[in-house]
Amino acid sequence: MHELSIIASIVEIAEAEVEKAGAQRVESIELEIGELAGIEFSALDFAWEVGVSQSVLEGAERHIHRIGGEARCSECENIFDMQALYDPCPKCGSYFSEIIKGKELSVKALTVT
Amino acid sequence: MCGICGCGQPGNAVTIRKIDLKKVNLKKVTPLGAVAPLYHDDHDHHHDHAPTANQVPGKTVLQIEQDILGKNNLLAERNRGFFEAKNILALNLVSSPGSGKTALLERTLADLKNEIPCYVIEGDQQTSNDADRIAATGAEVVQINTGKGCHLEADMVNEAMRQLKPTDGSLLFIENVGNLVCPAMFDLGEGARVVIISVTEGDDKPLKYPDMFHSSQLCIINKIDLLPYVNFSVEKAKEYARRVSHITEFIEVSATTGTGMEKWYAWLKKRRNA
Repeated sequence: MHELSIIASIVEIAEAEVEKAGAQRVESIELEIGELAGIEFSALDFAWEVGVSQSVLEGAERHIHRIGGEARCSECENIFDMQALYDPCPKCGSYFSEIIKGKELSVKALTVT
Repeated sequence: MCGICGCGQPGNAVTIRKIDLKKVNLKKVTPLGAVAPLYHDDHDHHHDHAPTANQVPGKTVLQIEQDILGKNNLLAERNRGFFEAKNILALNLVSSPGSGKTALLERTLADLKNEIPCYVIEGDQQTSNDADRIAATGAEVVQINTGKGCHLEADMVNEAMRQLKPTDGSLLFIENVGNLVCPAMFDLGEGARVVIISVTEGDDKPLKYPDMFHSSQLCIINKIDLLPYVNFSVEKAKEYARRVSHITEFIEVSATTGTGMEKWYAWLKKRRNA
């Protein structure tokens, strides 16, 4: 379950920002996570509370912007929604494609007090 | 906080230690043939300081846009720079537990060690069993025990390298924790990622664990000596893997009997000289 080490990295980022801003705690955090980033959203949910306990993120509101996968077909250049990495192009059936969206994994913003 | 279970105790899980070859019984194996604002120095252009976007009394919204894996990725790039400067080919070997990664390495080291200097970093949750097996071939090896951790990260490899001190032009095999899910997300700075599957697993592994296959440049299909006894289609496995990644190359081997190993060695030598 690598989601816990992802949460640990989020905590690390938040602690550094809170310290830099001279704040005490985080009121809310905005995350951007692509659906092809390799994060299991339910595992993230499950681990969140434990992962942020006794940190500046304890009790913080969490907003996740989920970004759906999108790929460009390398054969016909069609841009299509990609749910799984092995989805073929719906237009020409090719598996050769390049991911253009869905790999995001970042902390967008923090509201600190 | 402990990064493993969040228990509030300091994380003490990861241990990294080099195996002392003087204390190992050598085995005879017959060879076959802070990431985000990187720097914020005092400077001239003026802007409202730092990432502050808007202010509500008592509250500050910080628009930080920080890559969550940024720290790992930066360290991975440092490792990569080190490897490039020293002309070291570093390979990240990933697979599910029991696919034969260690057996493949034992055979490889026995066959290549007189030709190319080889080093190994072993990743396992517990024990130095694998590192001891590797040390028995005479190769320099560092064992990383991740405790409850399910994958290696770039900082662990960095620390292991400081102990291992690989020489210029060498081959460095990093055997990741046996797990087809988590290691996919963590760049270690390797020159190439090698995923190993064995014919005793399902041939649909590439579809079940697409992230790992998507990020690998070579797929080794191991234990092909067992093909007559199992229901595994090599062609299907390859086709599934190609659906996920069209750049993956394939090599079929049996680390036990040695079948196909020469193709693996040829791949290594070609990559090393690339």
